[in-house]
Amino acid sequence: MHQDSSLDAALLRGMTRPRSVTRRDAFRLAGLSAAGLALTACGVQGKKAAPPQKDAVADYWASKKKNGTLRFANWTLYIDKEDGRSPSLEKFTADTGIKVTYTEAIQDTPSFFGKIQPLLASGTDIGYDVMIITNGIHLSKAIALGYLVPLDHSKLPNFAANAAEKVKNPTWDPNNTYTIPWTAGLTGIAYNPKYVDEVTSVNDLWNPKYKGKVGMMLDPQEVANFGMFAEGIDPDKSTEADWRKAAARLQKQRDDGLVRKYYENDYVDALARGDIWITMAWSGDIFQQVAEGKDIKFVVPQEGGTIWTDNLCIPKTAQNPLDALTYMDYVYQPKIATMLVEAINYITPVPATKDLVLADAAKASGDDKKSLEQLASSPMVYPAEADMARLRSYRALTTAEEKVFESIFQPITQG
Amino acid sequence: MKRFAPYLLILPGGLWLAIFLVVPMVFMASVSTQEGDVVNGFVQTFNLSIYGDVLSQYGTQFLRSAGYGLVATVVSIVLAYPMAYWIAFRGGSRKSTYLLLVLLPFFVSFVLRTVSWKFLLADNGLLLSPLKSLGLVPADFHVLQTTVAVIGGLVYNYLPFMILPIYVALERVDPRVVEAAQDLYAARRQAFTKVVLPLSLPGVFAGVLMTFVPMTADYVNAEILGGPANTMIGNIIQSRFLVNNDYPSAAALSFALMAAMLIGIFAYARALGTENVLEAAAR
Repeated sequence: MHQDSSLDAALLRGMTRPRSVTRRDAFRLAGLSAAGLALTACGVQGKKAAPPQKDAVADYWASKKKNGTLRFANWTLYIDKEDGRSPSLEKFTADTGIKVTYTEAIQDTPSFFGKIQPLLASGTDIGYDVMIITNGIHLSKAIALGYLVPLDHSKLPNFAANAAEKVKNPTWDPNNTYTIPWTAGLTGIAYNPKYVDEVTSVNDLWNPKYKGKVGMMLDPQEVANFGMFAEGIDPDKSTEADWRKAAARLQKQRDDGLVRKYYENDYVDALARGDIWITMAWSGDIFQQVAEGKDIKFVVPQEGGTIWTDNLCIPKTAQNPLDALTYMDYVYQPKIATMLVEAINYITPVPATKDLVLADAAKASGDDKKSLEQLASSPMVYPAEADMARLRSYRALTTAEEKVFESIFQPITQG
Repeated sequence: MKRFAPYLLILPGGLWLAIFLVVPMVFMASVSTQEGDVVNGFVQTFNLSIYGDVLSQYGTQFLRSAGYGLVATVVSIVLAYPMAYWIAFRGGSRKSTYLLLVLLPFFVSFVLRTVSWKFLLADNGLLLSPLKSLGLVPADFHVLQTTVAVIGGLVYNYLPFMILPIYVALERVDPRVVEAAQDLYAARRQAFTKVVLPLSLPGVFAGVLMTFVPMTADYVNAEILGGPANTMIGNIIQSRFLVNNDYPSAAALSFALMAAMLIGIFAYARALGTENVLEAAAR
């Protein structure tokens, strides 16, 4: 292990010699991933790419200049919008002079990753300087393959000052080397109280009373976590044997005809239409349904729920990395974060926003006031400590583990 | 120059097919015999055992897709033939209007049409909630996420591809041959079974080709209307490729599917008689 990191540092220093700026960067980052591959080649399977050396990060950023443009790839409906324009982005342009080309390029992580992966592999510009990737298999791949630029934390003072402690230093990206959160969300259980008694336990998803009216998620990591919660297993510490136990439990749920379907985003419609009564669900979706006046409840089951994070990161092919980093820090100002959370309704990484939302609510009137108060008091946006304590992440998987993991869980959702 | 003119005519289409069909196919064939993963890269190993592996692993979905394709094709013929017959022989001067109506659904996106079925068939939706309140079906009865919904969606989406070739075949039947049959004392039914039906079979064959193949490989209907037990091979290929980034097994599945369908189609052509196939191909 030690040998490898020294080799790694030497390799990096060797790479930093050439003059040409863009190529140099490409080489340096390629060097990082080569180091990661060297690690696996030495039989140290199950380790991620070595973290970049300090001087490599500094070297990368030393030569970077502000270009005044930024290309941002985001999910749909994931920023504040008024009449098709985003006030927070306009404020960013006014404050920093950086023009933003904002694209809603991401519908789901696998297909977005599928689109950018060949370009990143060949070092071709993907057309974005900052993008959002959810923690999980694809983010781990992007890090392991050296597709992301290591962040210069000396240029992220707002993040250091305002980010919640619990979003710093996540297991999937130690020390926030490559990513900082955009928003987070919970996977819990949503149900329609008209048909379903109060839900507290994940076992209600296995309740024969709701046969054929239960929704589960298609994503292997999501569904696996709930299988593990039912078995009392902490996903982070789970082993292959645990996965098999969880899979057996999920298989039984399917074989007994409880599961109506393994859903993607479309579970929301199915729940609203009454096709399903109780389902695994994402907090922000349900918050929006409730805000629209639907009678739906959301709980974090006592055995546990999943917390996931959508992360801002810079692809190695970025043309305007410093502008991207500037933006990443900018959104950590409590004022800006407030503009965002009031529109997005997912969990913000900036806890100071709660008071600002309440302050906005005091100024507002009528429906606006009500919805802002609802937002500030919602456990789906500002989860209670008791809920937070029960939340678990997805299991971080190495490439080798991923194959086993998917071969265990996918046959259940795709029979 | 004149001798080469015909070749010049096929040059644009030929190049198009060579570049955008043949080259990717060769590439995918090579991918299917590689090993590795997306992080460490794929290496060409000419490992053919992957074909056996994926076939045994996804045999259920394979057979299910073929079954769905078959049933949906038969249902399509049953629905399409009378319709095409009516337009061809009774359509009169409005034939082109009727054909336009048949094609009208294509003006709406394929996915959107399928999604609209979800609203139609929802448990408390337009169709089921009146039936439920009348007590005609039990309260927990549902259509969505069943085999019926998936096959129904397939038929719905591909029906025009069955109607059109049958219509073309029937349209070509000279009314005088029917008159001749009747002059020779054939009953109307005999005139149909002995004259019209055989003449229209190439159209049916073309229709089967144009529906069975895409239906079997379809994944949108199973995705949107199906449930846990309705996964088709198209869904597996899609997720092997885009979710798991397991390119070799996705490519191997695609080639296995293609081979199975080619064999099936040729067997079917053999059974019908090759003349019909050539005729269908010439259309």
